[in-house]
Amino acid sequence: MAPAVRDLIAAFILLNGVIGAVTYVTLLERKFTARLQSRIGPYRVGPHGLLQPIADALKLMMKEDVVPAAADRWVYNLAPLAFLLPCVLIFGTIPFAPGLGLADLNIGLLFFLAVSSLEIVGLFMGGWGSNNKYALLSAMRAVNQIISYDLPFIFVALVPVVLSGTLRLGGIVEAQRGLWYVAYPIIGQLGFLAYLVTMIAAENRVPFDILEAESELVAGFRVEYSGMKFALIQLAEYAHVIATSYLGALLFLGGWLGPGPGWLGAIWFTLKAVVVFLLVTWVRWSFVRIRVDQILGISWKLLLPATLMLLLATAFVVAWEGGGGVA
Amino acid sequence: MDPEARKVIELGYAGNERLVMNMGPQHPSAHGVFRAILTLEGESIVAVDAVIGYLHRCHEKLGETLTYVQYPSIASKTDYVAAMTSELAYVLAAETIGKIEVPRRAQYLRVIAAELQRIASHCLWLGTWCMDMGGALGGGATVFLYCFRERELLLDLFEALTGARLLYGFHQVGGTRYDAPAGWVERCRSTVDLVETRIDEYEAMLEDNAFFLARTQGVGVISRELAQEIGVSGPLIRGSGIAYDVRRVEPYSGYGDFDFKVPVETAGDCWARYRVRMVEFRESIKIVRQALESLPAGPISSRPGVKSVGQVRIGKGEAYARVEGPRGEVGCYLVADGSAKPYRMKWRGASFSNLAVLPHIVPGHKVADMVAIMGSVDPVFGEVDR
Repeated sequence: MAPAVRDLIAAFILLNGVIGAVTYVTLLERKFTARLQSRIGPYRVGPHGLLQPIADALKLMMKEDVVPAAADRWVYNLAPLAFLLPCVLIFGTIPFAPGLGLADLNIGLLFFLAVSSLEIVGLFMGGWGSNNKYALLSAMRAVNQIISYDLPFIFVALVPVVLSGTLRLGGIVEAQRGLWYVAYPIIGQLGFLAYLVTMIAAENRVPFDILEAESELVAGFRVEYSGMKFALIQLAEYAHVIATSYLGALLFLGGWLGPGPGWLGAIWFTLKAVVVFLLVTWVRWSFVRIRVDQILGISWKLLLPATLMLLLATAFVVAWEGGGGVA
Repeated sequence: MDPEARKVIELGYAGNERLVMNMGPQHPSAHGVFRAILTLEGESIVAVDAVIGYLHRCHEKLGETLTYVQYPSIASKTDYVAAMTSELAYVLAAETIGKIEVPRRAQYLRVIAAELQRIASHCLWLGTWCMDMGGALGGGATVFLYCFRERELLLDLFEALTGARLLYGFHQVGGTRYDAPAGWVERCRSTVDLVETRIDEYEAMLEDNAFFLARTQGVGVISRELAQEIGVSGPLIRGSGIAYDVRRVEPYSGYGDFDFKVPVETAGDCWARYRVRMVEFRESIKIVRQALESLPAGPISSRPGVKSVGQVRIGKGEAYARVEGPRGEVGCYLVADGSAKPYRMKWRGASFSNLAVLPHIVPGHKVADMVAIMGSVDPVFGEVDR
């Protein structure tokens, strides 16, 4: 089989895997949240509500697709795709187990960070193209937030890079053989904590969901979207959440490393990603949203200097011990 | 708002580009149907034009066309979140004009109903307020569901007492319409015990939460002077440092018999109003316990049961009765002409007077604070528009 065809098939499988994962991650979140809120959660569609995501997807597909009369049609219609594309693309670089992944690039982490921050283009297109004041305000907030939070996110993601001496995601995992970076004295714990915070901000989830802000901006940039376009936006958002959860598990929790035979690797990795996801979900459903100026304050006055110091400290430690891990 | 008034409220305007944004009448945090026309400079609000009237149902005119027997159950529909309160204000006014005695058992039952209603209403306030700040897809929804869990228990009590869960028709001129059924007192006692432990849980969840503090402290400050000038009442005025509570200032329905505190905070911000209401939860529970403990035996009404709606007639006269509702002072002004219907009636809605403070405290804040302030004022639009 020609390598191009093989890659195409692999990409097709991965894409559908992402979509399937997203539908069931929504169910996981709903069930988990329901327990937090002393409810049962989806229960009627299928046993224990297992078919609920399918029903939701079907409902969204059958909904009328409304385009506001005053919308900038091109921008409005393209925005969900522009938002979805980077969110799915980043999966291409994640190795789920040794050799199991589309492309374990030698600049994997850089690719991940660069592409995932492109989602702002889609967000802004949606906010601008809707020609709605709520959406416009939300788009402006989105730009503010992404600019403020991508820097600390990148700095904290660089901590494992400095420790392992490679940008290749597979290499970072291999360097954690023996000691997961979350267990690295002080640096690891602080790094993981900072990663969780910046990850929530990068995903635009409560308490940093000022761009959705349904109680003030109704639903922000997606207020005018309905039907499948809305579904695409949701899909992109959850895909991003899943990807960053995997990245967190990879950078700090040792990726596929775990007891048992090698083929269990992908399962270990997924379990760790689920743990990261549930941690973030727990935060999401226990905090109130903070204000736009407070978000910027936290980012520039606290997180940015803190992550920068953390990165510098990591560099000093590595230099002291004489060179990074595998290099 | 006329241009002259707007000039006073607008803050130092730097001449930047402005955006006029409608919030409501259909809006997730409009608390009903409230329309705020916000003038924004970026994210900051420079002026707010509050538009009310979307829920006007001619309540005061309706009061003239319905008899003293009929109206109490309609009075429920002014403030539908605290239906017991407005019913009580109406029958108190009618009883003052007719110089009708109310048996002590009925008075105590009224107090119990009013205080349970306050707890239920504050549960709804806390839940919706947190939802305003935390969103329906965040921590706010969690608090909301917790609060509703407790509110359900209280509504179950009302259901056992009156057969209704939202709009009761519990009060009637001369007493109450229903007596507490068998076992209700014990059930009520165990429910308030449970609710009290849950209030500790809310406090633990919210007060150690840095984000909650950041959203409430120093936001929407009502100064003592402003509070007096506008005439706000209830938790708003107590949050601004004035110990004004109708239950204490002018005790009615036997409130003088009970031992309770009137919580006062001096900061005047959302946090102060939150603290006042959290203490009120506990004080209400205290009052309910005392009233259950000393609930006298005897009749529940000084008047015989009515066979037709026109049977209750009170003499000529006029009276203003006021009660302390969960949202503040609820007043009912009644003019009677000797027939079975009042000649004229007028409501003083606590939400209406409290809402008037909004254009004075919102400018200068961010859009997100608008909903936090709005929630801390806790208006019910049935009562604002009537």
